[in-house]
Amino acid sequence: MIRDRYSPGKFILELLMIVLALLVFFPLYMTFVNGFKTYNEVVTSTVALPHVFQFQNFVVVWKQIRFLGVFMNSLIVTAVSVGGILLISSAAAYQLVRRPGPVSQIIFLAILSSLVIPFQTMMIPLVKVAKELHLINTLYGIILMYWGFGIPLALFLYHGFIKSIPRELEEAAHIDGSGTFGVYFRILLPLLKPITTTIAILHSLWIWNDFLLPLIMLSSKKNQTIPLASSVYFGQYTNEWHLAMAALTMAVVPIMLFFLFMQRYIIQGITAGAVKG
Amino acid sequence: MTTMKTRQLLTYAAFVAPAVIFFTMVILVPFMRAIVFSFQDWNGISSDIRWAGWSNYTKMIGDTGFMKSFAFTVKYVAATTILLNITGLALALVLNLALKTRNFLRTIFFLPYVIGPVIIGFIWQFIITRLFSEVGKAAGIELLQKNWLSLPDYAFWSLVIVTIWHSAGYFMVIYLAALQGVPKDMLEAAEMDGAGRLTRFRHVVLPLIRPAMTINLFLAISNGFKGFDLNFALTKGGPFGTTESLAYHIYLDAFTKNLFTYASAKAVVFFLVLAAITLIQVAVMKRREVEM
Repeated sequence: MIRDRYSPGKFILELLMIVLALLVFFPLYMTFVNGFKTYNEVVTSTVALPHVFQFQNFVVVWKQIRFLGVFMNSLIVTAVSVGGILLISSAAAYQLVRRPGPVSQIIFLAILSSLVIPFQTMMIPLVKVAKELHLINTLYGIILMYWGFGIPLALFLYHGFIKSIPRELEEAAHIDGSGTFGVYFRILLPLLKPITTTIAILHSLWIWNDFLLPLIMLSSKKNQTIPLASSVYFGQYTNEWHLAMAALTMAVVPIMLFFLFMQRYIIQGITAGAVKG
Repeated sequence: MTTMKTRQLLTYAAFVAPAVIFFTMVILVPFMRAIVFSFQDWNGISSDIRWAGWSNYTKMIGDTGFMKSFAFTVKYVAATTILLNITGLALALVLNLALKTRNFLRTIFFLPYVIGPVIIGFIWQFIITRLFSEVGKAAGIELLQKNWLSLPDYAFWSLVIVTIWHSAGYFMVIYLAALQGVPKDMLEAAEMDGAGRLTRFRHVVLPLIRPAMTINLFLAISNGFKGFDLNFALTKGGPFGTTESLAYHIYLDAFTKNLFTYASAKAVVFFLVLAAITLIQVAVMKRREVEM
Protein backbone atom coordinates (compact mmCIF):
# COMPACT_ATOMS: atom_id res chain seq x y z
CA MET A 1 0.00 0.00 0.00
CA ILE A 2 1.08 3.58 -0.60
CA ARG A 3 1.21 5.24 2.77
CA ASP A 4 -0.50 8.59 2.78
CA ARG A 5 -0.11 9.32 6.48
CA TYR A 6 1.26 12.54 7.85
CA SER A 7 4.86 11.68 8.74
CA PRO A 8 7.40 14.01 10.43
CA GLY A 9 9.15 14.21 7.09
CA LYS A 10 6.02 15.61 5.52
CA PHE A 11 5.66 18.11 8.35
CA ILE A 12 9.14 19.46 7.70
CA LEU A 13 8.46 19.56 3.97
CA GLU A 14 5.27 21.44 4.66
CA LEU A 15 7.10 24.03 6.78
CA LEU A 16 9.69 24.48 4.03
CA MET A 17 6.97 25.00 1.47
CA ILE A 18 5.25 27.60 3.63
CA VAL A 19 8.53 29.50 3.94
CA LEU A 20 8.92 29.28 0.15
CA ALA A 21 5.36 30.54 -0.36
CA LEU A 22 6.01 33.53 1.90
CA LEU A 23 9.18 34.24 -0.05
CA VAL A 24 7.21 34.09 -3.32
CA PHE A 25 4.62 36.49 -1.95
CA PHE A 26 7.22 38.86 -0.50
CA PRO A 27 7.77 41.03 -3.62
CA LEU A 28 4.04 41.74 -3.82
CA TYR A 29 3.88 42.45 -0.10
CA MET A 30 6.78 44.88 -0.48
CA THR A 31 4.97 46.65 -3.30
CA PHE A 32 1.82 47.09 -1.24
CA VAL A 33 3.63 48.22 1.92
CA ASN A 34 5.86 50.72 0.19
CA GLY A 35 2.89 52.26 -1.53
CA PHE A 36 1.81 53.46 1.93
CA LYS A 37 5.09 55.12 2.88
CA THR A 38 6.64 58.53 2.43
CA TYR A 39 9.50 58.78 -0.05
CA ASN A 40 12.09 58.98 2.74
CA GLU A 41 10.76 55.87 4.43
CA VAL A 42 10.95 53.90 1.18
CA VAL A 43 14.57 54.87 0.72
CA THR A 44 15.78 54.49 4.30
CA SER A 45 13.83 51.42 5.42
CA THR A 46 12.32 49.47 2.58
CA VAL A 47 11.45 46.38 4.57
CA ALA A 48 9.85 48.03 7.60
CA LEU A 49 6.18 48.85 7.94
CA PRO A 50 5.26 52.52 7.46
CA HIS A 51 5.12 54.70 10.61
CA VAL A 52 1.93 56.30 9.41
CA PHE A 53 -0.01 54.83 6.52
CA GLN A 54 0.06 57.42 3.71
CA PHE A 55 -3.31 56.92 2.06
CA GLN A 56 -2.55 60.24 0.44
CA ASN A 57 -0.28 58.44 -2.08
CA PHE A 58 -3.24 56.61 -3.50
CA VAL A 59 -5.33 59.74 -3.79
CA VAL A 60 -2.53 61.46 -5.66
CA VAL A 61 -1.93 58.53 -8.01
CA TRP A 62 -5.66 57.96 -8.57
CA LYS A 63 -5.96 61.53 -9.85
CA GLN A 64 -2.73 61.60 -11.85
CA ILE A 65 -3.43 58.34 -13.67
CA ARG A 66 -7.16 59.06 -13.80
CA PHE A 67 -7.50 55.52 -12.55
CA LEU A 68 -11.25 55.16 -12.90
CA GLY A 69 -11.11 55.99 -16.61
CA VAL A 70 -8.15 53.70 -17.18
CA PHE A 71 -9.83 50.90 -15.25
CA MET A 72 -13.01 51.32 -17.28
CA ASN A 73 -10.99 51.23 -20.51
CA SER A 74 -9.45 47.93 -19.48
CA LEU A 75 -12.81 46.56 -18.44
CA ILE A 76 -14.60 47.60 -21.64
CA VAL A 77 -11.81 46.41 -23.93
CA THR A 78 -11.57 43.05 -22.13
CA ALA A 79 -15.32 42.43 -21.86
CA VAL A 80 -16.27 43.44 -25.40
CA SER A 81 -13.26 41.70 -26.92
CA VAL A 82 -13.90 38.45 -25.09
CA GLY A 83 -17.65 38.59 -25.76
CA GLY A 84 -17.02 39.09 -29.46
CA ILE A 85 -14.40 36.33 -29.64
CA LEU A 86 -16.80 33.87 -27.98
CA LEU A 87 -19.68 34.71 -30.30
CA ILE A 88 -17.74 34.87 -33.57
CA SER A 89 -15.70 31.73 -32.91
CA SER A 90 -18.52 29.55 -31.63
CA ALA A 91 -20.75 30.52 -34.56
CA ALA A 92 -18.03 29.79 -37.10
CA ALA A 93 -16.99 26.54 -35.41
CA TYR A 94 -20.63 25.39 -35.38
CA GLN A 95 -21.02 25.65 -39.15
CA LEU A 96 -17.50 24.47 -39.93
CA VAL A 97 -18.13 21.27 -37.97
CA ARG A 98 -21.72 20.65 -39.07
CA ARG A 99 -21.21 21.47 -42.75
CA PRO A 100 -18.01 19.63 -43.54
CA GLY A 101 -16.50 19.91 -47.00
CA PRO A 102 -13.46 21.37 -48.72
CA VAL A 103 -14.43 25.00 -47.98
CA SER A 104 -14.88 24.34 -44.27
CA GLN A 105 -11.69 22.33 -44.20
CA ILE A 106 -9.61 25.05 -45.84
CA ILE A 107 -10.99 27.81 -43.62
CA PHE A 108 -10.37 25.80 -40.49
CA LEU A 109 -6.83 24.79 -41.41
CA ALA A 110 -5.89 28.30 -42.55
CA ILE A 111 -7.05 29.85 -39.28
CA LEU A 112 -5.57 27.06 -37.19
CA SER A 113 -2.13 27.20 -38.78
CA SER A 114 -1.88 30.92 -38.00
CA LEU A 115 -1.40 29.92 -34.35
CA VAL A 116 2.32 29.46 -35.04
CA ILE A 117 2.78 33.05 -36.27
CA PRO A 118 4.15 35.24 -33.48
CA PHE A 119 2.45 38.59 -32.96
CA GLN A 120 5.68 40.45 -33.73
CA THR A 121 5.62 39.21 -37.32
CA MET A 122 2.27 40.87 -37.96
CA MET A 123 2.58 43.95 -35.81
CA ILE A 124 4.49 46.21 -38.21
CA PRO A 125 2.04 45.99 -41.16
CA LEU A 126 -0.80 45.87 -38.62
CA VAL A 127 -0.08 49.45 -37.60
CA LYS A 128 -0.29 50.46 -41.26
CA VAL A 129 -3.57 48.55 -41.75
CA ALA A 130 -4.95 50.16 -38.60
CA LYS A 131 -4.05 53.62 -39.88
CA GLU A 132 -5.66 52.96 -43.24
CA LEU A 133 -8.88 51.74 -41.63
CA HIS A 134 -8.84 54.57 -39.03
CA LEU A 135 -8.70 52.06 -36.21
CA ILE A 136 -5.56 53.43 -34.60
CA ASN A 137 -5.87 55.10 -31.20
CA THR A 138 -9.49 54.09 -30.67
CA LEU A 139 -10.93 51.59 -28.22
CA TYR A 140 -13.19 50.00 -30.83
CA GLY A 141 -10.19 49.63 -33.12
CA ILE A 142 -8.23 47.66 -30.56
CA ILE A 143 -11.31 45.57 -29.77
CA LEU A 144 -11.64 44.59 -33.44
CA MET A 145 -7.99 43.55 -33.41
CA TYR A 146 -8.48 41.39 -30.35
CA TRP A 147 -11.37 39.73 -32.16
CA GLY A 148 -8.98 38.82 -34.95
CA PHE A 149 -6.15 37.66 -32.71
CA GLY A 150 -8.43 35.75 -30.34
CA ILE A 151 -10.25 33.78 -33.03
CA PRO A 152 -7.67 31.06 -33.87
CA LEU A 153 -7.35 29.55 -30.38
CA ALA A 154 -11.05 29.98 -29.57
CA LEU A 155 -12.13 28.47 -32.89
CA PHE A 156 -9.80 25.53 -32.38
CA LEU A 157 -11.16 24.80 -28.88
CA TYR A 158 -14.80 25.20 -29.95
CA HIS A 159 -14.20 23.07 -33.05
CA GLY A 160 -12.89 20.16 -30.98
CA PHE A 161 -15.70 20.48 -28.45
CA ILE A 162 -18.56 20.66 -30.96
CA LYS A 163 -17.23 17.58 -32.76
CA SER A 164 -17.73 15.63 -29.52
CA ILE A 165 -21.40 16.70 -29.18
CA PRO A 166 -23.87 14.26 -30.81
CA ARG A 167 -26.04 15.88 -33.49
CA GLU A 168 -29.33 14.30 -32.35
CA LEU A 169 -30.38 17.25 -30.18
CA GLU A 170 -29.87 19.71 -33.00
CA GLU A 171 -31.66 17.47 -35.48
CA ALA A 172 -34.63 17.12 -33.15
CA ALA A 173 -34.83 20.89 -32.87
CA HIS A 174 -34.65 21.23 -36.65
CA ILE A 175 -37.56 18.81 -37.01
CA ASP A 176 -39.49 20.87 -34.46
CA GLY A 177 -39.10 23.79 -36.85
CA SER A 178 -36.10 25.70 -35.46
CA GLY A 179 -33.85 27.38 -38.00
CA THR A 180 -30.07 27.34 -37.83
CA PHE A 181 -30.01 30.50 -35.72
CA GLY A 182 -32.55 29.10 -33.29
CA VAL A 183 -30.60 25.88 -32.89
CA TYR A 184 -27.38 27.80 -32.37
CA PHE A 185 -28.76 30.12 -29.70
CA ARG A 186 -31.15 27.78 -27.89
CA ILE A 187 -29.51 24.36 -28.18
CA LEU A 188 -25.83 24.73 -28.94
CA LEU A 189 -24.72 27.72 -26.86
CA PRO A 190 -25.99 26.21 -23.57
CA LEU A 191 -24.21 22.95 -24.38
CA LEU A 192 -20.96 24.82 -24.98
CA LYS A 193 -20.84 26.34 -21.51
CA PRO A 194 -17.83 24.38 -20.14
CA ILE A 195 -15.58 25.21 -23.07
CA THR A 196 -16.92 28.77 -23.19
CA THR A 197 -15.80 29.25 -19.58
CA THR A 198 -12.32 27.97 -20.44
CA ILE A 199 -12.01 30.22 -23.48
CA ALA A 200 -13.41 33.24 -21.64
CA ILE A 201 -10.88 32.87 -18.82
CA LEU A 202 -7.89 32.32 -21.07
CA HIS A 203 -8.73 35.31 -23.23
CA SER A 204 -9.73 37.61 -20.36
CA LEU A 205 -6.38 37.13 -18.62
CA TRP A 206 -4.52 37.64 -21.87
CA ILE A 207 -6.36 40.80 -22.93
CA TRP A 208 -6.50 42.36 -19.47
CA ASN A 209 -2.74 41.96 -19.10
CA ASP A 210 -1.74 42.56 -22.70
CA PHE A 211 0.76 45.34 -23.17
CA LEU A 212 2.29 45.31 -26.64
CA LEU A 213 -0.88 45.82 -28.69
CA PRO A 214 -2.06 48.80 -26.59
CA LEU A 215 1.51 50.16 -26.71
CA ILE A 216 1.53 50.35 -30.50
CA MET A 217 -2.18 51.15 -30.97
CA LEU A 218 -3.24 53.52 -28.19
CA SER A 219 -1.25 56.71 -27.98
CA SER A 220 -3.61 59.21 -26.35
CA LYS A 221 -3.96 59.27 -22.59
CA LYS A 222 -7.72 58.92 -22.53
CA ASN A 223 -7.56 55.51 -24.24
CA GLN A 224 -4.92 53.87 -22.07
CA THR A 225 -5.47 50.51 -20.42
CA ILE A 226 -4.06 49.59 -17.00
CA PRO A 227 -0.76 48.01 -18.16
CA LEU A 228 -0.07 50.89 -20.55
CA ALA A 229 -0.98 53.61 -18.04
CA SER A 230 1.17 51.92 -15.36
CA SER A 231 4.07 51.80 -17.76
CA VAL A 232 3.77 55.46 -18.71
CA TYR A 233 3.39 56.49 -15.07
CA PHE A 234 6.30 54.35 -13.94
CA GLY A 235 8.44 55.91 -16.64
CA GLN A 236 7.68 59.40 -15.34
CA TYR A 237 7.97 58.64 -11.63
CA THR A 238 10.73 56.02 -11.63
CA ASN A 239 12.46 57.57 -8.66
CA GLU A 240 9.40 58.55 -6.67
CA TRP A 241 9.17 55.03 -5.38
CA HIS A 242 6.28 55.67 -2.98
CA LEU A 243 4.00 56.88 -5.79
CA ALA A 244 5.23 54.25 -8.22
CA MET A 245 4.47 51.49 -5.68
CA ALA A 246 1.02 52.91 -5.00
CA ALA A 247 0.34 52.88 -8.75
CA LEU A 248 1.53 49.29 -9.12
CA THR A 249 -0.59 48.25 -6.14
CA MET A 250 -3.63 49.71 -7.85
CA ALA A 251 -2.72 47.85 -11.03
CA VAL A 252 -2.31 44.53 -9.22
CA VAL A 253 -5.28 44.56 -6.83
CA PRO A 254 -8.18 44.17 -9.33
CA ILE A 255 -6.74 41.12 -11.08
CA MET A 256 -5.63 39.63 -7.76
CA LEU A 257 -9.13 39.89 -6.31
CA PHE A 258 -10.57 38.43 -9.50
CA PHE A 259 -8.17 35.51 -9.17
CA LEU A 260 -8.92 34.88 -5.49
CA PHE A 261 -12.68 34.78 -6.10
CA MET A 262 -12.57 32.83 -9.34
CA GLN A 263 -9.58 30.67 -8.50
CA ARG A 264 -11.18 27.30 -9.14
CA TYR A 265 -12.44 28.28 -12.58
CA ILE A 266 -9.23 30.03 -13.53
CA ILE A 267 -6.99 27.09 -12.67
CA GLN A 268 -9.37 24.64 -14.34
CA GLY A 269 -9.74 26.82 -17.40
CA ILE A 270 -6.03 27.39 -17.80
CA THR A 271 -5.24 23.70 -17.40
CA ALA A 272 -7.92 22.68 -19.88
CA GLY A 273 -6.85 25.37 -22.34
CA ALA A 274 -3.20 24.31 -22.19
CA VAL A 275 -3.90 20.59 -22.46
CA LYS A 276 -6.18 20.94 -25.46
CA GLY A 277 -4.17 23.69 -27.11
CA MET B 1 -34.91 24.22 -54.69
CA THR B 2 -32.41 26.93 -55.60
CA THR B 3 -33.86 29.34 -53.04
CA MET B 4 -33.38 26.62 -50.43
CA LYS B 5 -29.75 26.26 -51.50
CA THR B 6 -29.11 29.99 -51.51
CA ARG B 7 -30.64 30.27 -48.08
CA GLN B 8 -28.40 27.55 -46.78
CA LEU B 9 -25.41 29.22 -48.31
CA LEU B 10 -26.38 32.56 -46.79
CA THR B 11 -26.77 31.03 -43.36
CA TYR B 12 -23.40 29.35 -43.68
CA ALA B 13 -21.84 32.65 -44.70
CA ALA B 14 -23.52 34.53 -41.86
CA PHE B 15 -21.98 32.16 -39.33
CA VAL B 16 -18.53 31.81 -40.83
CA ALA B 17 -17.91 35.20 -42.46
CA PRO B 18 -17.21 37.26 -39.30
CA ALA B 19 -14.42 34.89 -38.27
CA VAL B 20 -12.97 34.89 -41.77
CA ILE B 21 -13.17 38.67 -42.10
CA PHE B 22 -11.43 39.47 -38.80
CA PHE B 23 -8.88 36.74 -39.34
CA THR B 24 -8.09 38.17 -42.77
CA MET B 25 -7.95 41.76 -41.61
CA VAL B 26 -5.82 41.26 -38.51
CA ILE B 27 -3.72 38.17 -39.21
CA LEU B 28 -3.65 37.14 -42.87
CA VAL B 29 -3.20 40.51 -44.56
CA PRO B 30 -0.59 41.83 -42.10
CA PHE B 31 1.28 38.53 -42.33
CA MET B 32 1.38 38.64 -46.14
CA ARG B 33 2.35 42.28 -46.05
CA ALA B 34 5.18 41.53 -43.64
CA ILE B 35 6.58 39.12 -46.20
CA VAL B 36 6.23 41.73 -48.97
CA PHE B 37 7.77 44.45 -46.75
CA SER B 38 10.74 42.22 -46.11
CA PHE B 39 11.70 42.52 -49.78
CA GLN B 40 11.23 46.28 -49.89
CA ASP B 41 13.01 49.38 -48.69
CA TRP B 42 10.81 51.88 -46.89
CA ASN B 43 11.03 53.99 -43.75
CA GLY B 44 7.34 53.80 -42.90
CA ILE B 45 6.60 57.42 -43.74
CA SER B 46 7.72 58.50 -47.22
CA SER B 47 5.59 57.67 -50.26
CA ASP B 48 8.60 56.19 -52.00
CA ILE B 49 8.71 52.40 -51.61
CA ARG B 50 11.48 50.58 -53.47
CA TRP B 51 12.07 46.89 -54.05
CA ALA B 52 15.14 45.65 -52.28
CA GLY B 53 15.47 42.01 -53.27
CA TRP B 54 17.14 39.92 -50.61
CA SER B 55 19.20 42.82 -49.28
CA ASN B 56 17.26 43.04 -46.01
CA TYR B 57 18.03 39.41 -45.38
CA THR B 58 21.69 39.57 -46.29
CA LYS B 59 22.13 42.72 -44.19
CA MET B 60 21.00 40.76 -41.13
CA ILE B 61 24.02 38.47 -41.20
CA GLY B 62 26.39 41.35 -40.52
CA ASP B 63 24.07 43.05 -38.02
CA THR B 64 25.78 42.55 -34.66
CA GLY B 65 22.81 43.98 -32.75
CA PHE B 66 20.50 41.41 -34.29
CA MET B 67 22.93 38.55 -33.77
CA LYS B 68 23.48 39.59 -30.15
CA SER B 69 19.74 39.70 -29.62
CA PHE B 70 19.39 36.30 -31.25
CA ALA B 71 22.06 34.81 -29.01
CA PHE B 72 20.49 36.37 -25.93
CA THR B 73 17.08 34.96 -26.84
CA VAL B 74 18.39 31.43 -27.39
CA LYS B 75 20.27 31.54 -24.07
CA TYR B 76 17.20 32.91 -22.29
CA VAL B 77 14.90 30.28 -23.81
CA ALA B 78 17.31 27.49 -22.82
CA ALA B 79 17.66 28.70 -19.22
CA THR B 80 13.96 29.42 -18.64
CA THR B 81 12.73 26.23 -20.35
CA ILE B 82 14.94 24.03 -18.18
CA LEU B 83 14.31 25.90 -14.93
CA LEU B 84 10.57 26.39 -15.41
CA ASN B 85 10.08 22.69 -16.03
CA ILE B 86 12.27 21.63 -13.11
CA THR B 87 10.65 24.01 -10.61
CA GLY B 88 7.17 23.40 -11.99
CA LEU B 89 7.54 19.64 -11.72
CA ALA B 90 9.17 19.82 -8.28
CA LEU B 91 6.40 22.02 -6.90
CA ALA B 92 3.77 19.74 -8.44
CA LEU B 93 5.35 16.62 -6.91
CA VAL B 94 5.36 18.19 -3.46
CA LEU B 95 1.84 19.57 -3.75
CA ASN B 96 0.62 16.18 -4.93
CA LEU B 97 1.42 14.86 -1.44
CA ALA B 98 -1.24 15.06 1.24
CA LEU B 99 -0.04 18.35 2.75
CA LYS B 100 -2.43 20.21 5.03
CA THR B 101 -1.88 23.60 3.38
CA ARG B 102 -1.70 22.45 -0.23
CA ASN B 103 -4.58 24.60 -1.44
CA PHE B 104 -3.09 27.68 0.17
CA LEU B 105 0.33 26.83 -1.29
CA ARG B 106 -1.09 26.27 -4.75
CA THR B 107 -2.86 29.64 -4.63
CA ILE B 108 0.30 31.51 -3.64
CA PHE B 109 2.54 29.80 -6.19
CA PHE B 110 0.05 30.44 -8.98
CA LEU B 111 -0.78 34.01 -7.96
CA PRO B 112 2.08 35.82 -9.78
CA TYR B 113 0.97 34.29 -13.08
CA VAL B 114 -2.29 36.24 -13.23
CA ILE B 115 -0.48 39.58 -13.01
CA GLY B 116 0.64 41.13 -16.29
CA PRO B 117 4.36 40.79 -17.03
CA VAL B 118 4.87 44.55 -17.50
CA ILE B 119 3.61 45.20 -13.98
CA ILE B 120 5.81 42.33 -12.78
CA GLY B 121 8.80 43.90 -14.49
CA PHE B 122 8.31 47.22 -12.68
CA ILE B 123 7.71 45.52 -9.34
CA TRP B 124 10.97 43.62 -9.68
CA GLN B 125 12.84 46.69 -10.79
CA PHE B 126 11.95 48.07 -7.37
CA ILE B 127 12.77 44.80 -5.57
CA ILE B 128 16.16 44.45 -7.24
CA THR B 129 17.32 48.05 -7.02
CA ARG B 130 15.89 48.93 -3.59
CA LEU B 131 15.24 45.81 -1.56
CA PHE B 132 18.26 43.77 -2.66
CA SER B 133 20.65 46.57 -1.81
CA GLU B 134 19.06 47.20 1.59
CA VAL B 135 18.99 43.51 2.56
CA GLY B 136 22.52 43.12 1.16
CA LYS B 137 23.84 45.94 3.33
CA ALA B 138 22.00 44.81 6.46
CA ALA B 139 23.10 41.19 6.12
CA GLY B 140 26.52 41.95 4.65
CA ILE B 141 25.85 39.92 1.51
CA GLU B 142 28.14 41.22 -1.21
CA LEU B 143 26.13 39.61 -4.00
CA LEU B 144 23.00 41.61 -3.21
CA GLN B 145 24.79 44.94 -2.89
CA LYS B 146 25.69 45.02 -6.57
CA ASN B 147 23.34 46.78 -8.95
CA TRP B 148 22.14 43.72 -10.82
CA LEU B 149 20.45 45.58 -13.63
CA SER B 150 23.64 47.39 -14.63
CA LEU B 151 25.81 44.26 -14.99
CA PRO B 152 25.19 42.11 -18.10
CA ASP B 153 25.36 38.67 -16.48
CA TYR B 154 23.31 39.73 -13.49
CA ALA B 155 20.72 41.42 -15.69
CA PHE B 156 20.36 38.19 -17.65
CA TRP B 157 19.82 36.14 -14.51
CA SER B 158 17.45 38.76 -13.14
CA LEU B 159 15.23 38.18 -16.17
CA VAL B 160 15.46 34.42 -15.73
CA ILE B 161 14.65 34.59 -12.00
CA VAL B 162 11.69 36.90 -12.54
CA THR B 163 10.38 34.66 -15.34
CA ILE B 164 10.56 31.64 -13.03
CA TRP B 165 8.86 33.58 -10.24
CA HIS B 166 6.13 34.68 -12.62
CA SER B 167 5.39 31.43 -14.49
CA ALA B 168 6.52 28.45 -12.37
CA GLY B 169 3.05 28.24 -10.83
CA TYR B 170 1.50 27.83 -14.26
CA PHE B 171 3.79 24.94 -15.13
CA MET B 172 3.12 23.48 -11.69
CA VAL B 173 -0.64 23.49 -12.32
CA ILE B 174 -0.28 21.60 -15.61
CA TYR B 175 2.09 19.03 -14.09
CA LEU B 176 -0.22 18.69 -11.09
CA ALA B 177 -3.17 17.85 -13.33
CA ALA B 178 -1.04 15.19 -15.05
CA LEU B 179 0.17 13.72 -11.74
CA GLN B 180 -3.39 13.43 -10.52
CA GLY B 181 -4.11 11.33 -13.60
CA VAL B 182 -1.49 8.71 -12.67
CA PRO B 183 -3.47 5.68 -11.49
CA LYS B 184 -2.86 4.79 -7.83
CA ASP B 185 -3.06 1.04 -8.45
CA MET B 186 -0.20 1.25 -10.95
CA LEU B 187 2.01 2.86 -8.31
CA GLU B 188 0.94 0.27 -5.78
CA ALA B 189 1.68 -2.57 -8.18
CA ALA B 190 5.13 -1.12 -8.80
CA GLU B 191 5.75 -0.83 -5.08
CA MET B 192 4.70 -4.46 -4.53
CA ASP B 193 7.24 -5.45 -7.15
CA GLY B 194 9.85 -3.82 -4.97
CA ALA B 195 10.30 -0.56 -6.88
CA GLY B 196 11.68 2.22 -4.68
CA ARG B 197 10.50 5.80 -4.74
CA LEU B 198 12.98 6.84 -7.41
CA THR B 199 12.35 3.83 -9.65
CA ARG B 200 8.60 4.41 -9.40
CA PHE B 201 9.11 8.00 -10.44
CA ARG B 202 11.39 7.16 -13.36
CA HIS B 203 9.54 4.17 -14.74
CA VAL B 204 5.91 4.78 -13.87
CA VAL B 205 5.24 8.46 -13.22
CA LEU B 206 7.58 10.03 -15.76
CA PRO B 207 6.34 8.08 -18.81
CA LEU B 208 2.73 8.79 -17.84
CA ILE B 209 3.19 12.55 -17.55
CA ARG B 210 5.01 12.90 -20.86
CA PRO B 211 2.05 14.59 -22.57
CA ALA B 212 2.18 17.32 -19.92
CA MET B 213 5.90 17.60 -20.51
CA THR B 214 5.33 18.06 -24.26
CA ILE B 215 2.89 20.86 -23.53
CA ASN B 216 5.12 22.53 -20.96
CA LEU B 217 8.22 22.41 -23.11
CA PHE B 218 6.23 23.85 -26.00
CA LEU B 219 4.83 26.65 -23.84
CA ALA B 220 8.19 27.47 -22.29
CA ILE B 221 9.96 27.58 -25.64
CA SER B 222 7.35 29.60 -27.49
CA ASN B 223 6.70 32.03 -24.60
CA GLY B 224 10.43 32.43 -24.11
CA PHE B 225 11.03 33.29 -27.74
CA LYS B 226 8.18 35.80 -27.75
CA GLY B 227 9.24 37.46 -24.48
CA PHE B 228 8.84 41.22 -24.67
CA ASP B 229 7.19 42.73 -21.60
CA LEU B 230 9.87 41.84 -19.05
CA ASN B 231 12.68 43.04 -21.27
CA PHE B 232 10.78 46.26 -21.78
CA ALA B 233 9.90 46.84 -18.13
CA LEU B 234 12.76 45.32 -16.14
CA THR B 235 15.98 45.86 -18.10
CA LYS B 236 14.99 48.00 -21.10
CA GLY B 237 17.20 45.64 -23.07
CA GLY B 238 20.21 46.91 -21.13
CA PRO B 239 22.88 47.15 -19.99
CA PHE B 240 24.44 47.90 -23.40
CA GLY B 241 21.75 45.98 -25.29
CA THR B 242 22.79 42.69 -23.72
CA THR B 243 19.22 41.70 -22.78
CA GLU B 244 17.41 42.72 -25.94
CA SER B 245 15.08 39.85 -26.80
CA LEU B 246 14.24 39.31 -30.48
CA ALA B 247 10.72 40.59 -29.94
CA TYR B 248 12.03 43.74 -28.24
CA HIS B 249 14.76 44.19 -30.84
CA ILE B 250 12.20 44.06 -33.67
CA TYR B 251 9.95 46.50 -31.81
CA LEU B 252 12.82 48.97 -31.34
CA ASP B 253 13.87 48.74 -34.98
CA ALA B 254 10.36 49.26 -36.28
CA PHE B 255 8.96 51.85 -33.92
CA THR B 256 11.89 53.83 -32.58
CA LYS B 257 14.30 53.65 -35.52
CA ASN B 258 11.68 53.62 -38.31
CA LEU B 259 13.33 50.66 -40.03
CA PHE B 260 9.96 49.31 -41.14
CA THR B 261 11.04 46.99 -43.92
CA TYR B 262 14.27 45.82 -42.34
CA ALA B 263 12.41 45.01 -39.11
CA SER B 264 9.81 43.13 -41.17
CA ALA B 265 12.53 40.91 -42.62
CA LYS B 266 13.75 40.21 -39.08
CA ALA B 267 10.16 39.45 -38.04
CA VAL B 268 9.83 36.95 -40.90
CA VAL B 269 13.05 35.22 -39.85
CA PHE B 270 11.77 35.24 -36.28
CA PHE B 271 8.59 33.50 -37.45
CA LEU B 272 10.49 30.87 -39.44
CA VAL B 273 12.81 30.04 -36.55
CA LEU B 274 10.01 29.85 -34.00
CA ALA B 275 7.75 27.75 -36.24
CA ALA B 276 10.57 25.33 -37.09
CA ILE B 277 11.68 24.86 -33.49
CA THR B 278 8.20 24.36 -32.04
CA LEU B 279 7.09 22.00 -34.81
CA ILE B 280 10.21 19.87 -34.43
CA GLN B 281 9.87 19.82 -30.64
CA VAL B 282 6.24 18.72 -30.73
CA ALA B 283 6.89 16.08 -33.40
CA VAL B 284 9.81 14.60 -31.47
CA MET B 285 8.03 14.61 -28.13
CA LYS B 286 4.76 13.21 -29.48
CA ARG B 287 6.59 10.16 -30.79
CA ARG B 288 7.92 9.41 -27.33
CA GLU B 289 4.60 9.68 -25.50
CA VAL B 290 3.00 6.55 -24.08
CA GLU B 291 -0.58 5.85 -25.08
CA MET B 292 -2.75 5.04 -22.07
